[in-house]
Amino acid sequence: MSNRPFTHLDALESESVHIMREVAAECANPVLLFSGGKDSIVLLRLAEKAFRPGRFPFPLMHIDTEHNFPEVIAFRDHRVEELGERLIVRSLEDSIKKGRIVLRSETQSRNPFQSVTLLDAIAEFSFDACIGGARRDEEKARAKERIFSFRDEFGQWDPKNQRPELWDLYNTRTHPGENIRVFPISNWTELDVWEYIAREKLEVPEIYFAHEREVIRREAGLLPVSHLVQPKSGEQAERMVVRFRTVGDMSCTCPVASNAATVEDIIAETAMTRITERGATRMDDQTSEASMELRKKEGYF
Amino acid sequence: MSEVEKIPFEQAELLRFITAGSVDDGKSTLIGRLLHDSKSIFEDQLSAITHTTRRRGMEGVDLSLLTDGLQAEREQGITIDVAYRYFATPRRKFIIADTPGHEQYTRNMVTGASTANLAIILIDARKGVLTQSRRHAYLASLVGIPHLVVAVNKMDLVDYSQSVFDDICKDFSAFAERLNVHHIDFIPMSALLGDMVVERGDKLNWYKGTTLMDLLENISISHDVNCEDFRFPVQWVCRPQTNELHDFRGYMGRIESGSIRVGDAVTLLPSGLNSRIKEIVLYEGHIHEADAPQSVTLTIEDHLDISRGDTLVKTGDIPQVTKGFDAMLCWLSEQPLDPARKYLIKHTTRVVKAGIGRIDYRVDVNTMKHEPVEQLKMNDIARVGIKVQQPLVCDDYLRNRATGCFIVIDESSNNTVAAGMICTSGN
Repeated sequence: MSNRPFTHLDALESESVHIMREVAAECANPVLLFSGGKDSIVLLRLAEKAFRPGRFPFPLMHIDTEHNFPEVIAFRDHRVEELGERLIVRSLEDSIKKGRIVLRSETQSRNPFQSVTLLDAIAEFSFDACIGGARRDEEKARAKERIFSFRDEFGQWDPKNQRPELWDLYNTRTHPGENIRVFPISNWTELDVWEYIAREKLEVPEIYFAHEREVIRREAGLLPVSHLVQPKSGEQAERMVVRFRTVGDMSCTCPVASNAATVEDIIAETAMTRITERGATRMDDQTSEASMELRKKEGYF
Repeated sequence: MSEVEKIPFEQAELLRFITAGSVDDGKSTLIGRLLHDSKSIFEDQLSAITHTTRRRGMEGVDLSLLTDGLQAEREQGITIDVAYRYFATPRRKFIIADTPGHEQYTRNMVTGASTANLAIILIDARKGVLTQSRRHAYLASLVGIPHLVVAVNKMDLVDYSQSVFDDICKDFSAFAERLNVHHIDFIPMSALLGDMVVERGDKLNWYKGTTLMDLLENISISHDVNCEDFRFPVQWVCRPQTNELHDFRGYMGRIESGSIRVGDAVTLLPSGLNSRIKEIVLYEGHIHEADAPQSVTLTIEDHLDISRGDTLVKTGDIPQVTKGFDAMLCWLSEQPLDPARKYLIKHTTRVVKAGIGRIDYRVDVNTMKHEPVEQLKMNDIARVGIKVQQPLVCDDYLRNRATGCFIVIDESSNNTVAAGMICTSGN
């Protein structure tokens, strides 16, 4: 084992495991956010590496927009059962019923509203740390965020007032009501994630692989036809071979044309791809140059 | 798409580096150039910055816009914090900590430098070695970055003159003799035009050294971690207490330096009790030997009372166990140091109460002169005397970064107010 070279994946894995253990040891009541997407799938394997043969020292939680792809929800439940860990699900629907979220239309993207339900759940369970799968290569606001990202009692991120983060010494202290978002795979890229999925032989939801699907062309991207997205006048639904690079709200998560049928195909495609993950697949990130920064300031992950 | 060959990323190493220089030195342009020429810029990013360049009434593509992050910064045209960038070549994966060079941001440079294997110091060929170049070099050496690269940029504006370059090398070397830097490389370049960054270009034929990218890909980093002294601060104790693992006690943590084998004699600190390594456990199974910086689970032969904050070392290779030490401190907070107050220190996996009762001197980072001071303000670097309530298991920072570093936390605000480097034997 020790004759094997210490590769970048080993270095990233060791850093992430170290971060997970710091959270467990220093935070009173952490939770790991699991959506069924590839990044949080990697988080779960890292948690296994960090804590087995013990159990996870935190529950898992999914903030469900109820606009999710059914394949992803099925995968989520299957994976949680396999791990034998506890999953908490809090739904946007509950926040809508309580009047905490007011939507303009049923089919509108629910991504921005996840913050409300997340903050409600943090308050309900008194979580002081939420472990999430965000990466710095995703987006320029994330590139400037700490691994341990401190949030005030309204869940707000203040980019100009972040705690200095040096070496691997993380300051995990919070006052009551405040919490920390922790991103153990901050330093991973999309390609690293897929290489790790390949190395660890991790299962991922089917929709990451090429499949035939009814889509419509809208603006620069493709949108999957579903009960939430129907062709407008002048638009034509067509069947194409596509795959998803991210799995989020069905109303704004765009597939890309692809024939990648295996993890190895996806790695080859990712190594060559010329468009960023969010640029290609999230219509809600394209609305303004600073949309992620603004959402994060409001408590978004 | 066919120009990208199949890349064996599985074998790639990870190199972390920082770039230091002011806005005018072309630092953002250099990073943009590295990303662009290594084909790490995506089409949508490129089209966004092309668009912005045009909106600002300029021609072409301003690569420096790539590293602009936040709305607040774009409005003011400044870089306010450390930003992390990623790119890869077939040989290595790179993490860049992009740190602003402006005077008030010493803290950001120290932050970015703390995890770096290498620092690139940018010098404008027209201006030569400036006060801020000295400051950047001093900070890089203070934080113990093993490799320093001096990038003499904007060579195109001095007619690619060899004598300009040679003079800068001479000036810088003379200054660097006073620093704790083992190895410096000098590279002439034009980040704007791409000479000697990834491609050699045809204007600098008198220069026989490597391009910046060549150097980044090939510089040896395997000895950047201390390979000799085994140090294992315990992060988490695993006691599953299931039927089949009823008596299992695993000590989880990261090997911060050195290596360990099954059967090795180990000493638990600060208690000083001895035992032997019974198993090295990974998720994948048991292994015989492990090295820094692997995260592992260890079990030992004897039942010792071990908890988070304790450190396992090899018997016979014992670090200092001390309640008082000297340190170089970089003050990070707007609120000045109060020598009468108690702070918290986080060192490895241990958090202790501490008092910083003595300030020996402050270092003027521009001249490296020592000055007497009564208190420390943001961006000050000083040698101090520290007393802690519980003993720390530590090494000199220059010998072992991982067990020589600490942060200072203000208990009332919970902010990280200082970064420290332990130095018991002078500096």
